[in-house]
Amino acid sequence: MAVSGILLVLFIIVHMAGNLHVFEGREEMNAYAHGLRTLGEPLLPHESILWILRIGLIALAVVHIWSAVVLTRRSLAARPVRYKSKKPAKGESRHAAATMRWGAVVIVLFLAWHLLDLTFRTVNPVKDVPDAYGAVVATFSPERWPVTVFYLLALVALGFHLRHGTWSAVQTIAGPDTKWRKRTQALALAIALVVVVGFAIVPLSVTFGLVK
Amino acid sequence: MKLKLRIWRQSDADAKGGMVAYELDQVSEDASFLEMLDVLNERLISEGEDPVAFDHDCREGICGSCSLVIDGQPHGPQAATTTCQLHMRKFKDGDSIDVEPWRAGAFPVIKDLVVDRSAFDAIIQAGGYISAPTGTAPDAHAAPIPKQDADAAFSAAACIGCGACVAACPNGSGMLFMAAKVAHLGLTPQGQPERHTRVLGMVAAHDQAGFGGCTNTGECSAACPKEIGLDVIGRLNRDFRKAATRAA
Repeated sequence: MAVSGILLVLFIIVHMAGNLHVFEGREEMNAYAHGLRTLGEPLLPHESILWILRIGLIALAVVHIWSAVVLTRRSLAARPVRYKSKKPAKGESRHAAATMRWGAVVIVLFLAWHLLDLTFRTVNPVKDVPDAYGAVVATFSPERWPVTVFYLLALVALGFHLRHGTWSAVQTIAGPDTKWRKRTQALALAIALVVVVGFAIVPLSVTFGLVK
Repeated sequence: MKLKLRIWRQSDADAKGGMVAYELDQVSEDASFLEMLDVLNERLISEGEDPVAFDHDCREGICGSCSLVIDGQPHGPQAATTTCQLHMRKFKDGDSIDVEPWRAGAFPVIKDLVVDRSAFDAIIQAGGYISAPTGTAPDAHAAPIPKQDADAAFSAAACIGCGACVAACPNGSGMLFMAAKVAHLGLTPQGQPERHTRVLGMVAAHDQAGFGGCTNTGECSAACPKEIGLDVIGRLNRDFRKAATRAA
């Protein structure tokens, strides 16, 4: 759970940074997308590095979800009779119990849409794969506002997920003392905020006409 | 003060059980929560009913016997306080109060509010001890221990093994209890010989007993009457990683 989670956090940060190429214009953004496909060429075949990364990501996602299922099943089995009286959570990650699992479902549903939209272009008006810039502008156009709303909703789920997940993973792997745990929690919050803002700025810029 | 109580009644381990409502009048605000239940039980006995079974022993906040989930919170609403040290002045006249047992598969209900916590004994037997020479107590300074280590070990040793951490955990995990023991013993020179077998053994026993996995929500520490911090869980994870890589 923790190791796959940390690696996925690193991917998300790189993905977010890559998205910001959209502000450099159509040429630069498409060149970046093209660059990902031609990494290692001519030494390696077309899209080979890309596919190695994709297979790695799929493996990480499988491990992460499988660990989550095991943990959830153990957790359900560990409390067969539930409390009649609910208490407000007051732990250090009080949002975690409510947001990690349901948020994960939102993220998985979003991921399915996101791949159909911007990777396979099945539901995207721009079918021309090299035109990544055009696909982004088309999918977040103002008349397709539900797409943007769903994107932002998934980002909120991701933000809460990272806010707990990042420090929880460090707690599991490294086991920091109190001082470093507090620092890790602050870092997790910072990463969550940067990721949410960094991702949200792209669709919002398209919707409000800053990126055309 | 007058109270509306809803208390979990269950005649034995196999019975279904359910919440039963009681009204209690003229409760002194100086009474402890357990004394309030004593008053209720005296009334139930005089009326020929079965009194409410609950665990208690020292009533001084140090034995770890009392174990009530009050309004959904292990040991009730007051932080860093066991049920026996919780007083009725924390409640208001006319309050409705729900009282339930610890809820965990590893802590089956024996009767009413009494649960069987022998799963904790199994965890202790799997590593919560040191190999020490028997005989008279050694001199106080025979084994030098840095002050901060002694303090940290003592903070962890404050765990009374009540199980509030398990009761509070959304995953029903016994991580904080186990980690308190690992930290308490692992911080002192006497605890070093079994340091690695201890953590592996205790974690195996914990999982075997049917406790859930830790997801670091921190509910355990917030409910702990002895304010054991999440740093002990970090320490357990660190020791576990070292022990597991060494064993592999």
